Amino acid sequence: MEVAKHWRETPERYRLEAGKCSKCNTIVFPQRIICPECGNRKFTTQSLSGKGKLVSFTIIRIAPGGFEDLAPYAVGIVELEEGVNILTQITDCNPEDLKTGDPLVAKFRRINEDGKTGMIYYAYKFVPDAGL
Amino acid sequence: MIGIVGYGTQIPRYRIKVEEIAKVWGTDAPTYKRGLNLNEKSVPSPDEDCITLSVNAARNAMLRAMIDPADIGAVYVGSESHPYAVKPTGTIVSEALGACPYVHTADFEFACKAGTEAMFVALHLVKSGVVKYALGIGADTSQGAPGDALEYSASAGAAAFVMGAKNVIAELIDTHCFMTDTPDFWRRENAHYPEHGGRFTGEPSYMKHTAGAVNAILEKTKMKPGDLDYMIFHQPNGKFPVQMAFSLGFKEPQFRHGLLTPTLGNTYSGSSPLGLAATLDVAKPNQTILIVSYGSGAGSDAFIFKTTEKLLEIRDKAPLVRKQLDEHLMYLEYGQYAKFRHKILKPE
Repeated sequence: MEVAKHWRETPERYRLEAGKCSKCNTIVFPQRIICPECGNRKFTTQSLSGKGKLVSFTIIRIAPGGFEDLAPYAVGIVELEEGVNILTQITDCNPEDLKTGDPLVAKFRRINEDGKTGMIYYAYKFVPDAGL
Repeated sequence: MIGIVGYGTQIPRYRIKVEEIAKVWGTDAPTYKRGLNLNEKSVPSPDEDCITLSVNAARNAMLRAMIDPADIGAVYVGSESHPYAVKPTGTIVSEALGACPYVHTADFEFACKAGTEAMFVALHLVKSGVVKYALGIGADTSQGAPGDALEYSASAGAAAFVMGAKNVIAELIDTHCFMTDTPDFWRRENAHYPEHGGRFTGEPSYMKHTAGAVNAILEKTKMKPGDLDYMIFHQPNGKFPVQMAFSLGFKEPQFRHGLLTPTLGNTYSGSSPLGLAATLDVAKPNQTILIVSYGSGAGSDAFIFKTTEKLLEIRDKAPLVRKQLDEHLMYLEYGQYAKFRHKILKPE
């Protein structure tokens, strides 16, 4: 991952900031230039709640580089309270125990790193919502 | 009135029992459990570190403080496991909270005392009127070399405190520090694990500095041990703080709620701050709390707080420490623990 690309995406990755169309109120995440519903180009910033339900998921057993220590882990689509779907890693659980519909909540986690001397990348992941 | 306006914690879900570690090194688990007054410890997931624990604890603190993140004028993080040697933990925490760009940030290091250093500076910056709110965080993913006594206790966790002058839940009564140059524990640049002076970490180090800070703050505030409702000392194990408390004239009900080591381990910079958070979880209004940290090298920071009615209004807005400590736990075998803590040598 490029340092500058990650830095540009800080609002989404660190704070779950979405764009809300000023015309039709559609919420887009990540933020876009043009509203996919009405073509409007003006958005306000809205922080997402980070709470949602698991819509679908798969279990990664052969992990790509940088994720080996986490395997097996789940990657899934979470529908947030605001109606936005997010593709995310699901952590802090035995992936075999996950079920669609499970309530999940966002946590700030380490995503990957550029080797042992490079940058460390942080962003949201989702965990089972146990009130912790 | 200045003091704490919000507090929050984060403790990893993973645990390893003393028996599991003892089994690998051929040591006697009951001896360690009895000697350290410790049964298990928290273990960070591979995707958790000092920064993620700080952010998640701070977010819980913000749920209780109910303030605009842009009003936070300072963010200080104390830890001995900052992920970068050069690049601040505090900038990432500030950015994740939405406190940037008008915020002063610094990372503190002073062995296990770094967390209360952050709190000390945050409190006094608010007291001086320089900032409206300041955040002080103690967080660590503690290091303990394989086979060393520290491996049984070195754990992970974070506690964050929003300091301010409005809607205070625990008023700061006073602070005091006790500091000398005492080389009882250290980690050199580029070293993976700390080294320590064995029994030297006890009497001339932990005991002397903790007692020095306690006696000084009690004299300064004209209080006696019996005047305090609760007290928390740094918890390198479950034995030292209990011995220290009894020797200074405190009683078990005063430290019962803040003593977390038996099931948490030693969270280094997060240790006494987590004990304070656990105490705030149970305290009633108008009760006094003494917290005394200890950091090798060596020194202790002492604070006395007095809770207010406001505490009851905000307490349930974020998870309680005992909930994070006791519920939904996931136990590791030593092999998983070694992988999680990057103790296994792999080809690059």
